[in-house]
Amino acid sequence: MPRLHWEDFSPGQVTDCGSRLITRAEIVAFAAEYDPQPMHLDELAASATLLGGLVASGWHSCCILMRMLTDNLLADASFMGAPGVEEVKWLAPLRPGERIRARATVLETRASRSRSDLGFVKFRFELFDASDKALMTLIVSPMFGRRSAALASEASAQRGDSK
Amino acid sequence: MKFFEDIRVGETSEIGSHTFTAEDIKTFAERFDPQPFHVDDAAAARSHFGRLCASGWHIACIWMRLLIDRRRHEDDERRARGEPVAQLGPSPGFRDLQWLKPVYPGDTVSYGTEVVETRPLNSRPGWGMIFMRNTGVNQHGEPVISFISSAFVERRGEGRQTP
Repeated sequence: MPRLHWEDFSPGQVTDCGSRLITRAEIVAFAAEYDPQPMHLDELAASATLLGGLVASGWHSCCILMRMLTDNLLADASFMGAPGVEEVKWLAPLRPGERIRARATVLETRASRSRSDLGFVKFRFELFDASDKALMTLIVSPMFGRRSAALASEASAQRGDSK
Repeated sequence: MKFFEDIRVGETSEIGSHTFTAEDIKTFAERFDPQPFHVDDAAAARSHFGRLCASGWHIACIWMRLLIDRRRHEDDERRARGEPVAQLGPSPGFRDLQWLKPVYPGDTVSYGTEVVETRPLNSRPGWGMIFMRNTGVNQHGEPVISFISSAFVERRGEGRQTP
């Protein structure tokens, strides 16, 4: 059983979701496959824009954030995905060589109206650069399994109950 | 890219289709969204998804790739006709992203865009902002993804400026 269930989240909780260095090579590799615009691929072309140099695709920032959130929070929780994302704001460019930090803040929690085995936790996820400038924010309400349902499921399995 | 003044609310565009394979689903998810239901067939079968399905971020990133390919193709045609080409600027973000149905291996998603708003920017005279409702529909005609994106688009006749 994962350590964290829906009941373990409460508004105001802040979780540090790690830090890592973003390289030019990974920026270009992602962009080549998913967002092949010059500002994400080529230093010379990018330097001709206000961005002033190569920057990561905003979608790449989302993917980097998702991986950091998984490694530092979601993998240890009864995470069941999300039906969508309320909003993403790309506030400042993510540049090669940046050491970024991710953070998760719980905004609210609510039980599911239709299912007793899961609830929603609304988060603001954020990426910061080394100077603590916010590079992006993401508002989302993923689903987490409820502990009561997980315990009941385990007990049933131990009894050898058929499904 | 068309110039901002030439873009009409209600304009639609089909930007292409993509078939998701199990191998690609796992490769993307192992890198950016390593939830059990996106990387492991047995774990996915035990999950509420019932079988392996694509990361919602993967579904969105394919939209981006197809969009840029389409824009590049249209711009090549404009240049061939001797017409000017507008710059597509950065995006400040997106909102109201919905992952409506899972995308399973073998599913083909066809993507389209619809302009829902055009907004002149007094603060940035050379540029306007456009908002598009973007959708993906699977081979059964079921919507699988929908979101509202935004981007700066160059205005005609102001000379090259950066936002």
